Amino acid sequence: MIRTTPFHPRLSELNTEGLYTHWQGHLSPLRYTHAPKHEYFAVRNSVGVFDTSPLYKYRITGPDAERLLAGALVRDIRSCRPGKAQYTIWCDDRGFVMEDGVVFRHSESDFLLTAARPNLAWFQALAGSLRVSLEDVSDDHGILAVQGPRSRAVLRELVPEVERLGFFDHTVAKVGSAAVTLSRTGYTGDLGYEVSVDADQAVEVLDAVLDAGRAHSLRPFGEEALMMLRIEAGLPLVDVEWRNSRVAFSDAERVTPKELGMGWMLRGVRDGDRPFVGRDAIRRELVDGTSRWATVGVVVDWADWDRLHRAAGLLTVKDEHPLPYESVLYSDSADSGDSADSVDQIGYATSLMYSPVLQRHVGLARVRPAFAEPGTPVRLETSLLHHNTTVAASTTSLPHFNPARKTAKP
Amino acid sequence: MTTSDRTTSEAAAAGTAAYDAIVVGAGHNGLVNGAYLAKAGLRTLILERRHLVGGAAITEERHPGFSFTTFSYALSLLRPEIVQELDLVRHGFMPLMMPSSFHPTGDGDYLLLGDDDAQNVQEIRRHSPHDADAYERYHHDLDRVCQAIQPLFDNAPPDVFGKDPEDQADVKWLLDHLGGVDRKVMHDVVRLLTGSAADWLDDYFENEAVKGFHASSSIIGSKVGPMSPGSALVLLFHKMGQHDGHLGAWAFHKGGNGGFTQVLARAAEAFGAEIRLEAPVSSVLTREGRTQGVVLEDGTELTAPVVVSALDPRRTFLELVDPRELPYDLVDNVSRMKFRGVSAKVNFALDGLPVFPALPDTVDHFGGFLNIGPTLEYMERAFDAAKYGWYSERPFIDAALQSVVDPDMAPPGKHVMSCFVQYAPYELRGSDWESERDRFGDTAQAVLESHFPGFGDLVLHREVVTPLDIERHTGLTEGNIFAGEFLAPQMYFFRPAPGWSRYATPVEGYYQCGSGTHPGGCVIGSPGRLASRRILRDLQR
Repeated sequence: MIRTTPFHPRLSELNTEGLYTHWQGHLSPLRYTHAPKHEYFAVRNSVGVFDTSPLYKYRITGPDAERLLAGALVRDIRSCRPGKAQYTIWCDDRGFVMEDGVVFRHSESDFLLTAARPNLAWFQALAGSLRVSLEDVSDDHGILAVQGPRSRAVLRELVPEVERLGFFDHTVAKVGSAAVTLSRTGYTGDLGYEVSVDADQAVEVLDAVLDAGRAHSLRPFGEEALMMLRIEAGLPLVDVEWRNSRVAFSDAERVTPKELGMGWMLRGVRDGDRPFVGRDAIRRELVDGTSRWATVGVVVDWADWDRLHRAAGLLTVKDEHPLPYESVLYSDSADSGDSADSVDQIGYATSLMYSPVLQRHVGLARVRPAFAEPGTPVRLETSLLHHNTTVAASTTSLPHFNPARKTAKP
Repeated sequence: MTTSDRTTSEAAAAGTAAYDAIVVGAGHNGLVNGAYLAKAGLRTLILERRHLVGGAAITEERHPGFSFTTFSYALSLLRPEIVQELDLVRHGFMPLMMPSSFHPTGDGDYLLLGDDDAQNVQEIRRHSPHDADAYERYHHDLDRVCQAIQPLFDNAPPDVFGKDPEDQADVKWLLDHLGGVDRKVMHDVVRLLTGSAADWLDDYFENEAVKGFHASSSIIGSKVGPMSPGSALVLLFHKMGQHDGHLGAWAFHKGGNGGFTQVLARAAEAFGAEIRLEAPVSSVLTREGRTQGVVLEDGTELTAPVVVSALDPRRTFLELVDPRELPYDLVDNVSRMKFRGVSAKVNFALDGLPVFPALPDTVDHFGGFLNIGPTLEYMERAFDAAKYGWYSERPFIDAALQSVVDPDMAPPGKHVMSCFVQYAPYELRGSDWESERDRFGDTAQAVLESHFPGFGDLVLHREVVTPLDIERHTGLTEGNIFAGEFLAPQMYFFRPAPGWSRYATPVEGYYQCGSGTHPGGCVIGSPGRLASRRILRDLQR
């Protein structure tokens, strides 16, 4: 049976549409109002809240907790001080990405890891005889993401500590009588925070946030808005940008950290001495330069897009909803107008949308490394009036949208 | 803002600088024009009379903490090519979606339309089952008309009076295009260009409120009622706008339309244009039919082979240059061009959100335009007063609480409310605007009070902007917001005057790029863009 989150009793009252999707066995609103784009703009221009409670959450404690995570996660947890969090990934022993998550370090020996899918058994198997306790606390907390340029102003009224939080900092605090963990994290690429609260006090905290947000045009946002935000932010999503290696059937479905655009996580891996799952394979890839793909942004040529549609007698309506399928990328030398020969395929866009803030169609894509240089012209597969065609595009660096406020020091 | 406190270069201050082009007026078209010229490599100077750029598209803090869009207040007509070609996103371009349109029907009920077409159809059906599918057909028919005329809209009108091969090729292009238009669409084009909004709407809708809602864009800024021939043209013009490709959709620019013109100024400067504020131009220097530059009111002479007027046609042809140097028919046409402003603004700083009794607990009906013009008849009766030189006792109001969508426009929990009020004729019979200012404000406020009981208690500050104020502050003749009315004889080949619709003037090197040129007014940018094309083409010859 489908579950609901701790915030659901109140958030469902604010949902005028009754449109939900299922996210990890929970009802998750696609949108709260008729206009998901308006919810998206709340995050880009004022403040929005998103119920991210369905994430899996694991508490990892004990004297060897750091040792376990240092050997399991691609990023070096030893560099994460208490009060800091890290976005990280973990791989299989062939160096293919399994999943991603955020690990919060509460003390020397106390961590909380979020994950999109269940992972307890995998971490338990790695723990072996280490002195570490692993606990699935997924149902104990609700997590409310408060995102957007006014998120700090809203939370300031409830949690003065918010003023001190740098990017990926977290702290324990109180909202009214409720103990919360407040972190400067999120999945929108904007200034934003997440409030983690015991399930039985979740509605109380939500109400306080809604009250404080009213004067700031705060509104809840659903998954449609979230997808737009995360694509602009260049943030990948499991089962969209990549397939968990553990459940993939073919290496063509799998990606390495570098291929996923996470090369920045690999600093020190080539020459360092920290063993972690997949390290040897990742090191070989780095040394031998065997990456099959590079993750890039892709930007559609606006004039070509308009020209194609006008020539077809269509309006040039720009739809902000992300495409629910992949689009093939061809080299620029491929013939336009006709279905290009597959030999010219140089990559694929995993996510594609029209960005209202950027006023362009933008996407996340994977291309052969030779085409990764920003500004490389490519052609993007599309279909118009039941006919396959391509539109001019070019590669670009990620993220597409990256406001200074996201990481600005408080 | 960086633009307003920029320092001028020493050479320019000394009056000795030579520029490739000088643009007179930093309204949005002047800025667009100057940006394109600078982008093409011309040393470009944009001169503005006031202390800020934007012309009629400005945002001002008229009450502490409250940002008023004193005049123009929303964005739709702006051509999307300009956003791309001038790289405006990089300079802060940010059109915020207006998620709803709200139309009280005058009987306590309302029409509330949003972003979901199927829900909109249900909302229409609540008022009239007949009008539910008519609504879809209506918009489809209008979209097809917009498609058909869009190439005319986005290109300079051919010179039908010209004789050289290039002119004839342009005319052939036009005729070929029109020849390809579907015959129903062509008929609709003509009906819209010549007829009344009421006749057009009667063909689709039966419900008075539904008609009233759709008629609101047919009277904006124009001395017509919805039953006047010509009002359908005004309706069509507004439908030519778009937001992210959705025809007829509007947006609030971040920080109001003044936020938008600040973006334009930054873009122009990034391309190398120089903007000089508080530099009123007294005249354009000419010698033997050629432009030499301009003279500022303080006597400074600035030289340039190209001078572009972004002002309206009256000022362009009758004030900046000596009309005696111009052909008589041009002067005559411009003198007789209809301006006749009929619009005013009443802007409020509010202590909180107004309350519509049928929707006491929601905010979402304030996400876009709030349209007080319940029926065609209401609007037509409002127009009646203007015919006889007086303002409406029950005016039409197009209101917007921009701070609902853009909370930076007002302190937390407070709101700004921009009210476009019609009709308010420029010339009052038996009185004047200074005498009537407060009573006019009271009249508009009383209408709001009747729809939102308790409205008056929320008012922290009120500012009445009469047609005379519009003229004084923006230079728009007779306060006409379009720099010349949208009447068929003042459009396309004839805007601003027959034979002079292609941005040049009889004075060599002197050009026009204001909203009085094709395609016309609103925050649109095309006159500035199309004029820059003409200038750059002429310079290549």
